[in-house]
Amino acid sequence: MLAANVDETLEIDREALFQLALRLGDTSLILGHRLSEWAGHAPILDEDIALSNLGLDLIGQARSFLTYAGEVEGRGRDEDQLAYMRNAPEYRNLLMVELPRGDFAFTMVRQFLFSAFQLPFYQQMMQSRDKTLAAIAAKAEKEMAYHLRHSSQWVVRLGDGTKESHERTQNALNSLWTYTGEMFETDASLKALIEAGIYCDPASIRETWNKSVDDVLQQATLTRPETGWMQSGALTGRHSEHLSHLLAEMQSVQRAYPGLKW
Amino acid sequence: MYTQALNDPANKAATVAEGEEEQNVRFMARIDADEKIEPNDWMPDSYRKTLIRQISQHANSEIIGMLPEGNWNTRAPTLRRKATLLAKIQDEGGHGLYLYSAAETLGISREEMEHQLITGKARYSSIFNYPTLSWADIGTIGWLVDGAAIMNQIPLCRCSFGPYARAMVRVCKEESFHQRQGYEILLALCNGSDEQKAMAQESINRWWWPSIMMFGPHDTDSTHSDQSMAWKIKRISNDDLRQKFIDATVPQAHFLGLEIPDPDMKFNQETGHWEFGKIDWDEFKQVLAGNGPCNRERLAARTKAFEDGKWVQEAALAHAKKQAARAANKEAA
Repeated sequence: MLAANVDETLEIDREALFQLALRLGDTSLILGHRLSEWAGHAPILDEDIALSNLGLDLIGQARSFLTYAGEVEGRGRDEDQLAYMRNAPEYRNLLMVELPRGDFAFTMVRQFLFSAFQLPFYQQMMQSRDKTLAAIAAKAEKEMAYHLRHSSQWVVRLGDGTKESHERTQNALNSLWTYTGEMFETDASLKALIEAGIYCDPASIRETWNKSVDDVLQQATLTRPETGWMQSGALTGRHSEHLSHLLAEMQSVQRAYPGLKW
Repeated sequence: MYTQALNDPANKAATVAEGEEEQNVRFMARIDADEKIEPNDWMPDSYRKTLIRQISQHANSEIIGMLPEGNWNTRAPTLRRKATLLAKIQDEGGHGLYLYSAAETLGISREEMEHQLITGKARYSSIFNYPTLSWADIGTIGWLVDGAAIMNQIPLCRCSFGPYARAMVRVCKEESFHQRQGYEILLALCNGSDEQKAMAQESINRWWWPSIMMFGPHDTDSTHSDQSMAWKIKRISNDDLRQKFIDATVPQAHFLGLEIPDPDMKFNQETGHWEFGKIDWDEFKQVLAGNGPCNRERLAARTKAFEDGKWVQEAALAHAKKQAARAANKEAA
């Protein structure tokens, strides 16, 4: 059961690879969707443009990952069937990205915490023995470098801005912290993929992530929250209350007129 | 698009102060010679005001225009459509920014223009006061609304004011792309199921008349654009542009297999033009006066974005000040 682009000397569980591609694709898609909600409603026109730009990058990544997921699965599902015809429990995105967009501080802190992981993650994934994942990572890495720079600058501006902006940003950070553990999570399937050189060990990113976060929080005069209990659910499809609402909206046209071409 | 300002009564106030007559003669000679007027050149005050009004209205239209399409951002039926719609909306924000910059060269700030928009002092194109009720509307807006915009804007690439003309070159390229995307959405619907085709037809039924009203009142009722014509800000009359648009669009509708919702529409073999029925200018005036289906919602959405975002702007300014102070302290030390 080998995926076409994987080094053929590897014994890879196709289902595990499928789940991984979904995890990456769903996470990008849902965050891209949340960012797209800002278009026309951002605090300044420049951010209407910038947030759309970040959203577009993520939706582009999602399309690549989901297309690949469909190929790996081998049941003829394309990116749209995977995006529009699965229910919330079948989604494998990180919980952090499905949370409502909140205020501008919440959106930017989330983008920052996520990009600070995603950039080094994709840098490592460029070495994946799965050629497709490596190629997607090579493209996404350049995009994430911009996402990290843009969101870091805003976290600093907001944290070190006014009393109100500082409070909003610290609150956002406090709310989001409990969702950061999931980025580093693995299970037996992911461990097998790490062993096989397909997935990068997220533990190896911890130090880089910590450093990015600490640097930016220090400049932003924000306090790093105590690490306590971490929310979890992406690996098993146990989501927050928000995902099914998001999907109900996103999938509404496809569900109302199933099986048509658009 | 969005050239309603050309029909604004204030435009006719092309008075030139005494002592400026000679400058005005030289200015008009340059206009007549098709020279571009640049921001630092002398220009009559009324020319400046007309351009500020028109360019800021155009920018505001791009910005308000993000809202009706943004209504479908989260519901686009495929990931490809989702990406192209978001990219289109991003382009529109970019046009807004670009046009604000062009207007700023005339001595008005972006903040002032944004303020004029949310306080209702500056207009935006009335077309965006109509709702987007189905996915087909995203196709129709691209095809008809952006199509009408392009008809209006291509002559603006030759507008006498350099920054506006140059901005229009780029804007027109992107708008043409949007128009093709819109048409392609409708083509997919019209090649699809009966329900999809009905969705497309229903959408055209709602958008056709508002789209052809985008060219403004008939020339006989639009005496105010004479001055803009003389200044070569406006190059082609409302009715000529409208006819050009209709002649281009009707065959495209037929190719899609869609009906134009105008029982009087017929081709005149002699003139080679499509003749159309009577436009309901009462509706146009009502929407212009603020009574369109979405006038209040559109402004409320932009006002909310501005109000909700105030703290962000304040934070950015406060941080910039702190940074400047830190840099100064460092230098002093």
